[in-house]
Amino acid sequence: MNVPLHPPRSSLEELLEGIWKQNPVFVMVLGMCPTLAVSVSAMNAFSMGIATTFVLVASCLLVSLMRHLVPKEVRIATYIVIIATFVTVVDYLIQAISLAVYEALGAFIQLIVVNCIILGRAEAHASKNPPLPAVLNALGMGAGFTLGLFALGAVREVLGAGKLFGFALFGADFQPWVVMVLPPGGFIVLGSWLLLFNWLEAHRHTGNEGTRHA
Amino acid sequence: MENLDLPQVASTPSGAMIRTLGLVATICGLLIVSAYQGTLEAVAENKRIALERAVFKVIPKAASVKTFVAGSGGIQPEGTTQPEGAVKFYAAYDATGALQGIAAEGAAKGYADTVRVLYAYDPAKQAITGLGVVSMRETPGIGDKIYTDAAFLKNFEALDVRLNADMKYLAHAIKVVKHGTKQSPWEIDAIAGATVTSKAVGKGIQESAARLLPLLVPEQGKLTTAVEP
Repeated sequence: MNVPLHPPRSSLEELLEGIWKQNPVFVMVLGMCPTLAVSVSAMNAFSMGIATTFVLVASCLLVSLMRHLVPKEVRIATYIVIIATFVTVVDYLIQAISLAVYEALGAFIQLIVVNCIILGRAEAHASKNPPLPAVLNALGMGAGFTLGLFALGAVREVLGAGKLFGFALFGADFQPWVVMVLPPGGFIVLGSWLLLFNWLEAHRHTGNEGTRHA
Repeated sequence: MENLDLPQVASTPSGAMIRTLGLVATICGLLIVSAYQGTLEAVAENKRIALERAVFKVIPKAASVKTFVAGSGGIQPEGTTQPEGAVKFYAAYDATGALQGIAAEGAAKGYADTVRVLYAYDPAKQAITGLGVVSMRETPGIGDKIYTDAAFLKNFEALDVRLNADMKYLAHAIKVVKHGTKQSPWEIDAIAGATVTSKAVGKGIQESAARLLPLLVPEQGKLTTAVEP
């Protein structure tokens, strides 16, 4: 019974999976709705990433703690209730920390409930693993998501507004590329990042083969 | 996997499923209520600061803000029970407690989404004397000029909103006109290239002022006197 298909992974591997190998934004291309919508500035992207990470880690911890209690027939309902709970908690927390951030993120905070990364992690990982690996894996995924959002947000803010975290980077002569903070800019920047990541991945493969043949 | 050949029939009793869902709901209920209670004070304080900041921007001389509602029964401080059809507004006072102006919110559909503005009303001048933007998602570089365009903001230094003789309607409805064609003090000169957003600002103020001012103006004497320190 319960023979793992893969050998157990180290804590570091659990943590790093989401940041690099299975990065939710650049590799798995999950959760694109908040990714494209709130990544108009580095600050928005960063806040959204942190909020999602909080929900991800807290939900995965609870799902993992309850993994022997939850009958599989009611698991989806259970996970969704847990996720919705932590989204509500984070919603109140953000309002208490900064109303400006709350208004900038708008409905996308509530929409974390339906972010497929979170239900995906609960179902595919947390429900089958003890709390520590579940939390580490969720933390890695959250960090990967934050990193992805930040990579988009920073590029879009620099090109679209000439600023980073609200600080002007260029002189008054800089003409902002307004398209970058509009929806098409989101697709352009995301596409460019995906291109870079895929090129790196392809490059790594060919590089490996090169050494193998040598 | 002991029973691979035998069909598995309802291995989980219904009671267990209901118990699990009940347990999860209880834990989650507790978490949500504690988060709500724990943040209540900080959120209320944040909202108060945000409101003050917004009102102080349109009424620079103000030092404190009070929220009122104006309804068919007159003006009263905002409470738990709001009369039907009442309009919310903010009265701003200076440090000595003298009324400095009234602020109220207006909203109308812009180019991308609803444009929400806060305008200042000066009872002595019977005019709108300031404009602030509460929220908007208009096109950067075009629609968002309503924040910054000096010529546009000049419209709101003294925008005439006096009432007609029986105090039921605005004497002249606020009108947004094409850039460069403003002639009367109740007209708003639109931003060239951002007419839709300019019109949304005008419409938001017009609709709000037309509802609020007939309720407010006959009673506004109460505001200058009914001030607690």
